[in-house]
Amino acid sequence: MLLRHTSKEVKEREGLTINPAKTCQPIGAMYAALGIHGCLPHSHGSQGCCSYHRSTLTRHYKEPVMAATSSFTEGASVFGGQANLLAAIDTIFSVYEPDIIAVHSTCLSETIGDDLQQITRKANDDGKIPEGKRVIFASTPSFIGSHVTGYANMVTGIAQQFAVSTGAKKNQINIVAGWMEPSDMREIKRLAKELGVKIVLFPDTSDVLDAPQTGKHEFYPKGGTTIPELESIGDSLHSIALGSISAEPAAIALEKKCKVPFETLEVPIGLTATDRFIMSLSEIGGVTVPDEITADRGRLVDVIADMEQYLYGKRVALFGDPDQLVPLTEFLLDLNMKPVQIVSGTPGQRFEKTMREILDARSPETKFKNGIGADMFLLHQWMKNEPVDLLIGNTYGKYMARDEDVPFIRFGFPILDRIGHSYFPNVGYSGGLRLVEKILTALLDRQDRDALEEKFELVM
Amino acid sequence: MGTNTHFPDPSVVREELIQKYPAKVAKKRAKSIIINDPQIIPEVQANVRTVPGIITQRGCSYAGCKGVVLGPTRDIVNIVHGPIGCSFYAWMTRRNQTRTESLTDANYIPYCFSTDMQEENVVFGGEKKLKQAIQEAYDLFHPKSIAIFSTCPVGLIGDDVHAASREMREKFGDCNVFGFSCEGYRGVSQSAGHHIANNGVFKHMVGRDNTPSEGKFKLNLLGEYNIGGDAFEIERIFEKAGLTLISSFSGNSTIKQLENSHTADLNVIQCHRSINYMGDMMETKYGIPWMKVSFVGAESSAKSLRKIAEYFDDDALRAQVEAVIAEEMPRVKAVIDEILPRTTGKTAMLFVGGSRAHHYQDLFTELGMTTVAAGYEFAHRDDYEGRDVLPTIKIDADSKNIEELKVLPDPELYNPRKTEAELEALKEKGLEINGYSGMMQQMTKKSLVVDDLSHYESEKLIEIYKPDIFCAGIKEKYVVQKMGVPLKQLHSYDYGGPYTGFEGAVNFYKDIDRMVNNPVWKLIKAPWQKKVATNGVSKGLEASYVTQ
Repeated sequence: MLLRHTSKEVKEREGLTINPAKTCQPIGAMYAALGIHGCLPHSHGSQGCCSYHRSTLTRHYKEPVMAATSSFTEGASVFGGQANLLAAIDTIFSVYEPDIIAVHSTCLSETIGDDLQQITRKANDDGKIPEGKRVIFASTPSFIGSHVTGYANMVTGIAQQFAVSTGAKKNQINIVAGWMEPSDMREIKRLAKELGVKIVLFPDTSDVLDAPQTGKHEFYPKGGTTIPELESIGDSLHSIALGSISAEPAAIALEKKCKVPFETLEVPIGLTATDRFIMSLSEIGGVTVPDEITADRGRLVDVIADMEQYLYGKRVALFGDPDQLVPLTEFLLDLNMKPVQIVSGTPGQRFEKTMREILDARSPETKFKNGIGADMFLLHQWMKNEPVDLLIGNTYGKYMARDEDVPFIRFGFPILDRIGHSYFPNVGYSGGLRLVEKILTALLDRQDRDALEEKFELVM
Repeated sequence: MGTNTHFPDPSVVREELIQKYPAKVAKKRAKSIIINDPQIIPEVQANVRTVPGIITQRGCSYAGCKGVVLGPTRDIVNIVHGPIGCSFYAWMTRRNQTRTESLTDANYIPYCFSTDMQEENVVFGGEKKLKQAIQEAYDLFHPKSIAIFSTCPVGLIGDDVHAASREMREKFGDCNVFGFSCEGYRGVSQSAGHHIANNGVFKHMVGRDNTPSEGKFKLNLLGEYNIGGDAFEIERIFEKAGLTLISSFSGNSTIKQLENSHTADLNVIQCHRSINYMGDMMETKYGIPWMKVSFVGAESSAKSLRKIAEYFDDDALRAQVEAVIAEEMPRVKAVIDEILPRTTGKTAMLFVGGSRAHHYQDLFTELGMTTVAAGYEFAHRDDYEGRDVLPTIKIDADSKNIEELKVLPDPELYNPRKTEAELEALKEKGLEINGYSGMMQQMTKKSLVVDDLSHYESEKLIEIYKPDIFCAGIKEKYVVQKMGVPLKQLHSYDYGGPYTGFEGAVNFYKDIDRMVNNPVWKLIKAPWQKKVATNGVSKGLEASYVTQ
């Protein structure tokens, strides 16, 4: 047994987190900043933060992940990191020539009280920011929230610091991307194009973290939301935030600054969340849904109907991030499955309330916990007490899956041991189809593996 | 591509590497970019601060302490005191393999423990939560040891992890709790964390168990972390040669082994950078000499085994070692003979770690390949130039912050295993007793040595030298490969290995052959793109801002 010290007996813990179902804010900020074209993320803290975040993102995407660091030493930690950040800005613009530096803070710089707004203003006053270049920032203390919070904070920083209201409205709709993969962002753009609605998607990591092999390393890949696009979001007709935790704060900031009205939806994972997204985008954009999209939807429903016997009643344990877990839970319920155990390390009462509403209506017996104490150790204990048929979560789940001999689907962040998430979306109807295919393959492979010889089926 | 005679002029290369930097940065970097001369080894600036904004390979002190040195010991519960990230990122990502004797033996390596510090803990102090976490770990697991690792905010708010550890240790009575002040901002790289870890293991573990160990030729293997099973292969060879491994520091190790390690008669050091402090301290306190070895490369492994036999000065051991080498070498030779025609004459660059950039040159030599440029990520001058330069190294403010333990001979346990005269005689036979001659003496004249290579410099070097393979870590992997050059990860081995010993050499030869001769590198251009290329093959090796 890999996790041989995990006992069945659940005891309340107050001090110790074991096998977390979250990580810290700055990595989310780094990921979000990679979704801006020509942007170099910058970690204002010790070298280790930047190194760990780059390593984790690199392992997840198998792609270059460029970011710089303020390289704090003990001196900087005592006297403040202003000198380090000013020096970093100078070095970065000279050597790496980005259009934008997106600075995020760390637990170290937050604890000593470095004020990123003041330091970046000073950089500007001191002439360290070349003409036409930008330095933006987000405060991302690691001791609050999770990586999802950090993503939200950076996206909010992007909206606040780029959006301009010219007074002339543009016939376009903002889509604030919640934490999703490059493949998902590409799919959102494809769906909007198919609908015939002009959108600005931000951030957008497609063509950044799924770059082709060309024999040339593009330090700033061709993808990412551009500065003119980001400046234009203040003139858009409307915003749709995909994800109440990771995307909505940016939409709120934009409404405050530029009076762009917004609506918050879930990340369109699964059938009904995609339905809501398509309805909303078509209504706001004033278009009718084309037949192609309706047919895509029909194909997904068709597969669910055809294979319902294999899905019905299957007990699923899940762990991951709020804006994925909410629509995924809903989708599993639509599939007639039973999401029975769910944890997320990301805190938040709103997330808890949304989950409880969904579960109370359709699966009141489900165990759900988020925030402090909601870790994979607890989930594993639940699984030991009430076995499940399927586990869905990031790569770390493979240890529990192996120990408990449960089929496992990789979903979420980080996925360190498989490819696919960068290239094949989970959102939209095609993403739903992919998820159903994965679920069925996992379950049916298990049925094949375990079937007695006389019960081994050719046709399923 | 590349034999010695086709090297670009290294002084021109150096100018090229630094010309884009702001003047002050260029001046600083120039001191870390050195043209090698193995006869008169020039000084390399190393173990100094990275310029802020430079994209560096380096990590932090915590990574060196918890991630590197303490991580591989399987039965310690390692609790990281801080916000969640630090523990999360070090969770199994270093591939320290471990093998318990039974299915019920303690193994906490697959677990991640953290106090998950929240804002109120930063504001009002986190010691209470830390003690609570230690109590909970004790209640849940009853481990023999719990180690506490401080992250950046812990040092700043003044949580005393040592006092908390002491209090809990006394409270439990049967669990050794100890702490490490390895905040990420200490020192200039992982290196500070290695030193802090050495101090802690020496103070809190080594020497706690005086049970006399069995075996005629007893040794510890220092600076071997069992990545990809490296330690397993060395263990196999030791056993075959009749050597008794008391403890490894720290791959595949247990608390008991570390606590009993002072009963060994020799410390062999693999990774000099991360563990040399331990060698020195154990020599002073217990009289155990240390010797630099390397089990990376078949020839190096044979050489190291012979050195160990020479140290123990026993004819039966010498004979056994020769028998092992004679038995192992034929299969190694069969593989290298087959591969050599495909790798000979190719070039490599190694920018990694604090010892690996040296060790792996032996494997490339065995493959008939030339190392045209190399450097470390977090080494000190002695790892480049040899330990003779130690007295001349200036201790700067960043190093001063790292505690130097005052070690004295143990009144009861100090027992010099060899006399001064015996040690001198061994040194004369070429054994690196309490010594290390560094990387540069082995590298060719006019090869390039670069410390703490930046991302910008790496792309420039690749563009200029067009090496056949580049060795570094995960952050560099896909950048370099996007340029059409295969990158071998020498931290994680691209999830392969082992690379030590005889079996490891065979694995490495095969991996490098596969990588440098992989057809995928010829598939980069689509057929319709090849029409415009001069020779129908991708010219590759471009970095966007280098060519702009």
